[in-house]
Amino acid sequence: MSATPFRPSAADFAPATNRSARDAQLRPSLSYWQDAWQRLRRNTRAVASLAVVVLFVLFAVAGPWLWRADPAAQDVNQISRGPGPALAARIVEPYAAWAGVTVPALPDGGPTTPVDLRLADAPTTEAVRLQWEPGQGAAGYRVYRNLYDPSPDRALGLPLAEIFDPKRVSFEDRFDLHPERYWYSVVALNAKGDETHDYAGLVVQPELATSAADAASFGWIADATAVRVGDVVALPYHPLGTDYLGRDMLARLMYGARVSLFIGFVAPFLFVLLGIVYGSAAGFTGGRVDQLLMRFADFVLALPFLLFMILFKIAFGIGPGESGIAPMLIALVLLSWPSTARLVRGQVLQIRGEGYVGASRLLGARTGYLVLRHMIPNTFGVILVTLTFEVPRAIFTEAFLSFIGMGVAPPTASWGSMSNEGIKTMLAHPHELLLPALFISVTVLALNLLGDGLRDALDVRMRGRE
Amino acid sequence: MFGYVLKRLAQGLVTIWFIATATFVAMHAVPGDPLSGEKITNAEIRANVAARYGLDRPILEQYGIYMGAMLRGDFGISYTQQNRRVNDIIRENFPVSATLGVLALAFATFGGILFGALTAIYRNRLPDTVIMFLVIVGISVPSFVLAALAQLGLVTLNSAVGRSLLPVAGWGTVWHMLVPALVLGLSTMAYLTRLMRSSMLEITSSDFVRTARAKGLPPTRIFLKHQLRNAILPVVTVLGPQVALITTGGFVVELVFAIPGLGRYYVEAVQQLDYTVIMGTTVFYGAFLVLMVIAVDIVYGFIDPRVAVE
Repeated sequence: MSATPFRPSAADFAPATNRSARDAQLRPSLSYWQDAWQRLRRNTRAVASLAVVVLFVLFAVAGPWLWRADPAAQDVNQISRGPGPALAARIVEPYAAWAGVTVPALPDGGPTTPVDLRLADAPTTEAVRLQWEPGQGAAGYRVYRNLYDPSPDRALGLPLAEIFDPKRVSFEDRFDLHPERYWYSVVALNAKGDETHDYAGLVVQPELATSAADAASFGWIADATAVRVGDVVALPYHPLGTDYLGRDMLARLMYGARVSLFIGFVAPFLFVLLGIVYGSAAGFTGGRVDQLLMRFADFVLALPFLLFMILFKIAFGIGPGESGIAPMLIALVLLSWPSTARLVRGQVLQIRGEGYVGASRLLGARTGYLVLRHMIPNTFGVILVTLTFEVPRAIFTEAFLSFIGMGVAPPTASWGSMSNEGIKTMLAHPHELLLPALFISVTVLALNLLGDGLRDALDVRMRGRE
Repeated sequence: MFGYVLKRLAQGLVTIWFIATATFVAMHAVPGDPLSGEKITNAEIRANVAARYGLDRPILEQYGIYMGAMLRGDFGISYTQQNRRVNDIIRENFPVSATLGVLALAFATFGGILFGALTAIYRNRLPDTVIMFLVIVGISVPSFVLAALAQLGLVTLNSAVGRSLLPVAGWGTVWHMLVPALVLGLSTMAYLTRLMRSSMLEITSSDFVRTARAKGLPPTRIFLKHQLRNAILPVVTVLGPQVALITTGGFVVELVFAIPGLGRYYVEAVQQLDYTVIMGTTVFYGAFLVLMVIAVDIVYGFIDPRVAVE
């Protein structure tokens, strides 16, 4: 029996199956970041939040170039003005004294109340001239002005003026008039100077008016001779109104956004960086040094955060002319790094035990290379998520400190300090509180939602956890 | 268990010492000295005042005196209100803050557990969506804004009704406490709701709940005995640190609602740079918070025997 010798042919060396067909990619290859970005993009809430955050950053960065009002300049003619369209003033003749109206004799009979309270002249913010028919037996009159209707419970408040002449039946009001509604009331006084019960009322809305010379002195027009009586000049425009010192709210919100967002973004960036360095140093060194470093981090973490923020702010102090931003930044960094350090240390310890790190070390990789090439890229997702949640926290802290008066020094505006100032005039002018409060809330809301979305997109392990 | 408690207490003592030392260092880093703002022109008077407060001694000796006094529970005398001891200030004002805080925490815990359970039951349905949206809003609105809005709302409500339904500010009766406590507890309530929801969802899909269902237990019994009881555990864990948030958040609420608590006193002391009051209050609050966290951890060991083993 003779075996046929094996004679290989070319066919024996051809691939058994078609590999390229089997390994064909069904879907495009995606890196981790591309994948995360796709997941984030599908999350409408996160995308909308991202848009809002970008909008606020633009508002802070580009806003002051577009809206060039000075955030510290006071417009004394428009104090605590609400948001709304621009005001315009009509030019009138320069103020001339008014002789007033006197009646030759008091009427016999008829009511004791002054009747037919009316305007003697068109009411302007220069002067409101009131006139009435005398009441029988009145020894004088008392004039009241209110911002709200006093009639339901006769809440007249303090009188504007008293007239001790029964024949004098007119009053000229020139006291701090604004283009808003006033309730005027005139009460008759008896011979003893006591008020009789009835009064006459009139609602007046003066028109904003000024003389040409005054308009020029306020800076509304360049030249007093260029306008004539009856012309209308525009006042400086404050789209979102002014605060209790007459400062432009929009400009202050923009500069306040700069402060709030600067602290909100820079402080977390700095302390997360510090935490990365500290945590990876501890995690890499290991042993007693690690124990010692982490024990110190635990102590700092146990400090009552806001109390020590306040303490550090006092310790650093604010010199004259400083804004107080730098001390706040330093205090935030000094107190906030340990949580990131702990997180990074945990990650480093975990990754250090992974096979690919060991392989890399066997191939001669140095520590610095390991950190830069393996550790940081692999912890970056977790760090980014921490960062997004630290930003709203920093904004909150700044707002809280400025609110209790320990934050930025006036006249520097921040959303927190604006809220603090706004709360004092909350009942009469709610916009001074509500606008900065809304800005803080919307920013923090957007950042929180963005953080949620980023966590879901980046970190599969943390998904669904709080 | 006993060893665990002892170890935690020892750690807590070291932490309190750290807080006290950090406070001392921070206060002595202040440029100038605490008397430079006072209207003391005469050098002799100044020296006398400095001697009274022990400011003429070397810094290490001051540290020793300060620590020794603190060990005896003495926080010294107020700088701005001379002859008033910091201990008295804390004793008079802390009960007010504590009452407010306890009430706020009660609101927060009750509401958090209730709403968290509701959202888990109605998962991805309307109540869940609405509550979770409110939760994220509640987390995003700062406490001072909430406090101011609540006060504005109260004023509007009272004037709309024509009489005072609830007091707008001040302290005294239970009615004074309601709105401030609610405002103070709201952010914690939002946080606890989130926590409770995720822990409820985790429990609902666990094996023992499926077993309970399979053996035919009534749903209410499963819910109360198996789900709720286990889901509350993580909520208990965070109560300790949440006490910290509530006490510091109390500053703002006390300020806005004019409540005579320690928080408001602290903010005033900070604005007047009353060093002894600031130091005393910081150490007092710090120690209080550390002890609260330890207390909650120990209580947690009793509730959940699995933890005590560690």
